[in-house]
Amino acid sequence: MMERLTGAERQIALMICVVMAIVGLVMAAAGHSDPLGIHGAIVLVAAAIMTCFVLRAIGEPEPAEDRTNSYYDDPTKAGLVIALFWAVVGMGMGVWVAAQLAWPDLRFDAAWSSFGRIRPVHTSGVIFGFGGNALIATSYHVMQRTSRARLAGHVSPWFVLLGFNLFCIIAASGYLIGVTQSKEYAEPEWYADIWLVIVWVVYFVLYIRTLARRNEPHIYVANWYYLAFILVVAILHIVNNLAVPASLTGAKSYSAFAGVQDAMTQWWYGHNAVAFFLTAGFLGMLYYFLPKRAERPIYSYRLSILSFWGIVFFYIWAGSHHLHYTALPQWVQTLGMTFSVMLLVPSWASAGNALMTLNGAWHKVRDDATLRFMMVAAVFYGLSTFEGSFMAVRAVNSLSHYTDWTVGHVHAGAMGWVALITFGSIYSVVPLLWKRETMYSWKLVEWHFWLALSGTVIYVFAMWNSGIIQGLMWRTYTESGTLAYSFTDTLVAMHPYYVARACGGALFLTGAILAAYNVYMTIRHAPEKHPERDYPTSSEAAEPAVPAAE
Amino acid sequence: MDLTHDLTSVIAKSFGLFYLIALSVGITIYAYWPSLGKRFDKAANSILDDEDGPCR
Repeated sequence: MMERLTGAERQIALMICVVMAIVGLVMAAAGHSDPLGIHGAIVLVAAAIMTCFVLRAIGEPEPAEDRTNSYYDDPTKAGLVIALFWAVVGMGMGVWVAAQLAWPDLRFDAAWSSFGRIRPVHTSGVIFGFGGNALIATSYHVMQRTSRARLAGHVSPWFVLLGFNLFCIIAASGYLIGVTQSKEYAEPEWYADIWLVIVWVVYFVLYIRTLARRNEPHIYVANWYYLAFILVVAILHIVNNLAVPASLTGAKSYSAFAGVQDAMTQWWYGHNAVAFFLTAGFLGMLYYFLPKRAERPIYSYRLSILSFWGIVFFYIWAGSHHLHYTALPQWVQTLGMTFSVMLLVPSWASAGNALMTLNGAWHKVRDDATLRFMMVAAVFYGLSTFEGSFMAVRAVNSLSHYTDWTVGHVHAGAMGWVALITFGSIYSVVPLLWKRETMYSWKLVEWHFWLALSGTVIYVFAMWNSGIIQGLMWRTYTESGTLAYSFTDTLVAMHPYYVARACGGALFLTGAILAAYNVYMTIRHAPEKHPERDYPTSSEAAEPAVPAAE
Repeated sequence: MDLTHDLTSVIAKSFGLFYLIALSVGITIYAYWPSLGKRFDKAANSILDDEDGPCR
């Protein structure tokens, strides 16, 4: 991957690696009696591995390709493969966590394998590892195509991709050794947070610079969604992670906010992580890959603009619905509830726009599992946004909050919408990037589709049943005014659904493993596509400027 | 002037309301402005054939 960098770019890459290694060394030395030291060692090892990669290429001849002729797809390819790796890891952890709830002995009595530690490995693994890498990779792809411009830079895309993965590794390893700041979806401690800010700012600058090179007068709507994802996630991440480290040589830090302000900041972040990490970016995927795969332009481009601004300006206020019946002022709770209900309009506008695009191409949906992934994703997007608006209503929330219904809702969105649109996008982009005729096996894609769909349906139905039973048992009183059921009673009632949930998750994981295998085999074994016309080649490298004997 | 809870709630309930209404109206006008139709159609169709490489 370093062969396509020029000599100057290789030197910059080397300098970054050396600086990283020094930072890792300082962290390891200063924090040797603290988990911070372990993370210092991880940074050092990561920097050393990257240094080896760069050093191996540093003496190689410079690339002779004409960079103005082609898109720069190497980071996209790497990002997609890494995303699939995280999918298997993150979903595997999810199945393990689910199985622990059904059969607690599966903890095997270790500290690192306790529920509280491996659950964030699952959530961060799928959200940041799988989702984040897929977003970064597809955003590189989409920004170049829609702008008709090559990525603005050759080192920065790698810095963003690999730097983000270093953050993911620091996060996941930290949870296992007990490092957390106890904020959901923002568990990593202060040093990881600072690192992510650096990576994210580079990502933002890269995107803006690529857009600035564009050769299209209008910025295609998918880019707006990706940009909203990058910009707003940066704001959310910085504000929610404002904290004072207890010491510069230790991992522990204390939040800058206290009490209900801290809770509000956290859920302003938490819900907008759903909005801008798990929705906006993936809507960018939807608006690019679905029309592309269906070979039809989006049904209403105007509607897509309207729903974009609707989503951006409604979502940002919805977070307080996580804090119904708490110390948060009543009007703030009502504000969150109202905006959550209003959100249904732009959400259904997007879902409807996607489905109307397919209207007239249903035969393609029937024949092509890849397109079917995207169609079902749009349906689940519509379903889960309706459910979310409904659950944000205070009266509904009094039943659903703290129960498995919430878990079911999240997974309807995360599995049914986010993961399915991602797999659909991966299946449509992998043959293109590696210049293959098709995926290695369309039958495996078909298998994956049905495994994923049945896994999601089983999971969501199990959690609906479990959550509503749980909520009803919690609020059932006897005639004398005491609670009718103990906590243990609810666990016994939920057990069969926990078993069903673990099975549904296992089906979904099996599908993800098939996807990883299928993509690997496509890269290694699928026949190359012979284009009707020649691919643009790097003319100096591959062929003489003038044909030899003519 | 202190940034009290009362003050922030008054701002949220007055200014917040009107700027969101203004924004919605503005965006609707932009999205449905007749002369922009061609540009939007072109953008919607532009992604269907974009594999031939960058223009520069």
